[in-house]
Amino acid sequence: MAKSRSYSVLPGFGLSLGYTLVYLGLIVLIPMAAVFIKTAELSWDQFWNVVSSPRVVASYKLSFGASLLAAAINAVFGMLLAWALVRYSFPGKKIIDALIDLPFALPTAVAGIALTALYAPNGWLGQYLEPLGIKVAFAPLGVLVALVFIGLPFVVRTVQPILEDLETELEEAAASLGANRWQTFWYVVFPILLPALLTGFALAFARAVGEYGSVIFIAGNIPMVSEITPLMIITRLEQYDYNGATAIAVVMLVFSFVLLLAINGLQAWTARRTGRTL
Amino acid sequence: MKNFIKKTALIVTLAASIIPASYAQKRVEILNVSYDPTREFYQELNPIFIKQWREQTGQELTIRQSHGGAGKQARSVIDGLEADVVTLALAYDIDAIGEKTGKIAPDWQSQLANNSSPYTSTIVFLVRKGNPKGIKDWDDLVKPGVSVITPNPKTSGGARWNYLAAWGYAENKYGSAEEAEKFVTQLYKNVPVLDSGARGSTNTFVQRGIGDVFLSWENEAFLAVNELGPDKFEIIVPSVSILAEPPVTVVTGNAERRGTVDVSKAYLDFLYTAEGQSLAAKHYYRPTYPNLVDPKLLKNFPTVTTFTIDEAFGGWQQAQKAHFSDGGFFDKIYQR
Repeated sequence: MAKSRSYSVLPGFGLSLGYTLVYLGLIVLIPMAAVFIKTAELSWDQFWNVVSSPRVVASYKLSFGASLLAAAINAVFGMLLAWALVRYSFPGKKIIDALIDLPFALPTAVAGIALTALYAPNGWLGQYLEPLGIKVAFAPLGVLVALVFIGLPFVVRTVQPILEDLETELEEAAASLGANRWQTFWYVVFPILLPALLTGFALAFARAVGEYGSVIFIAGNIPMVSEITPLMIITRLEQYDYNGATAIAVVMLVFSFVLLLAINGLQAWTARRTGRTL
Repeated sequence: MKNFIKKTALIVTLAASIIPASYAQKRVEILNVSYDPTREFYQELNPIFIKQWREQTGQELTIRQSHGGAGKQARSVIDGLEADVVTLALAYDIDAIGEKTGKIAPDWQSQLANNSSPYTSTIVFLVRKGNPKGIKDWDDLVKPGVSVITPNPKTSGGARWNYLAAWGYAENKYGSAEEAEKFVTQLYKNVPVLDSGARGSTNTFVQRGIGDVFLSWENEAFLAVNELGPDKFEIIVPSVSILAEPPVTVVTGNAERRGTVDVSKAYLDFLYTAEGQSLAAKHYYRPTYPNLVDPKLLKNFPTVTTFTIDEAFGGWQQAQKAHFSDGGFFDKIYQR
């Protein structure tokens, strides 16, 4: 910052900084502050009682656990998808490329109902899974399926442009220097993709933690088993317990923030290590 | 420049305060905030009342409707939605509006007949055609192997009636609160999915084909049977059930400020007239004054022995506190 103050190629630094802060304040910080202020009406004991009750704790485990797992699954398979879309040409590629964005555009409730219809015991897929003892809809596994669905575009869309910029000459050079396919991937391609992959992972995770609409239809919502944290917030609101609702929201916010900060830190570290600037 | 802005602002405010006052002579608008299943009923009722109001007063009335889950609707009003009247699923939600905003007097429920409930309903069982599990009464719901569908009473107002109906039955039959607690715990052990709202549960039972019996408001059960075909579902009436009283009231604080008290009151009174009562019966709600209604519309309603929430639980406030608040009986079901 000090550097830009003394000399900047671009004019209007003060203006754009001011704009950024005002905009961020209005859109993000003020609503967040309201959540914290509302929570502050509780005493420390009340706050602790709300956020550490067994049902709520069970919901943290499901929400954060399933979100992390879903983001990890998306990181792996999203990268494969991006790879296929960038490196190969096949009929219908444009259509598949457009389909990737569908989970962005689809109203989440529609996604939830569609997935439930598919995986319910009488659904297209559910009728074959149920006899095998695999229960997807109305079980924690259903939550994971929904979260994987809504998180997919994030990884594909962040990795895709990096892959497009990645010149095949790099891989050819690696091959001509004697690297086998695995080494080429692991030492040449993967480190370049890693920062984008982490961004995609973080975005998919953040989206999954806050997801309500699609999960609520497929989860079954059995206390202690398949309740997600956002549902616990809604439950509080239905009891007109605004403070309790914001207390749980605060825990989610802080937890998500810490995790995202850690992921960002990791991303910066890998970017430095591979010699790319952010 | 500053002066100019001040002046303009002053003129605009003055104009805004004068125009509606004179305008209101000819035109008036009210907002009815209601819950989900009443949509069709009010859609049919409103034009009739609008016509009658025009004939009586010469005013052109517009009625706006808002529908959604009862709890969410009540919160909208608490957060500032300018409802003139609220017609919700349970008194507890209207109590909450009064308590949080002061816009409704604490004794609101005594201001209109029958606890301010122009129409009532009860909780019945919807089962699959032929009733394969032979379900006849509440006791059949706690048998092993019977799967029961009902929404989560923590998030659905309608589901609280279901829960309380079961509790009331057991407490009466087995004689103590401890036995009732056991009964209800056993019942919820048979619930595989707790949807967040009544419509979600209907979906689970009807579309997903999950469950043997669906605890439902009678009006919703009729709707399901008539819409989806009598060849798929049957209604079973238990020996005893709860009298579900969805109450209505004027949000006095809002109506006074908007100058709509008279029309709002007349609107709610209209629900108790022969026309209002007949329409309620047509939409499968039990009319409060059945004598005003064509007996043909009533023949669908089977005779049910009901108890009220005041008799069995001492009112909504107490029922809510004992059963559905955090640490209440419902929480205990899942915490052992």
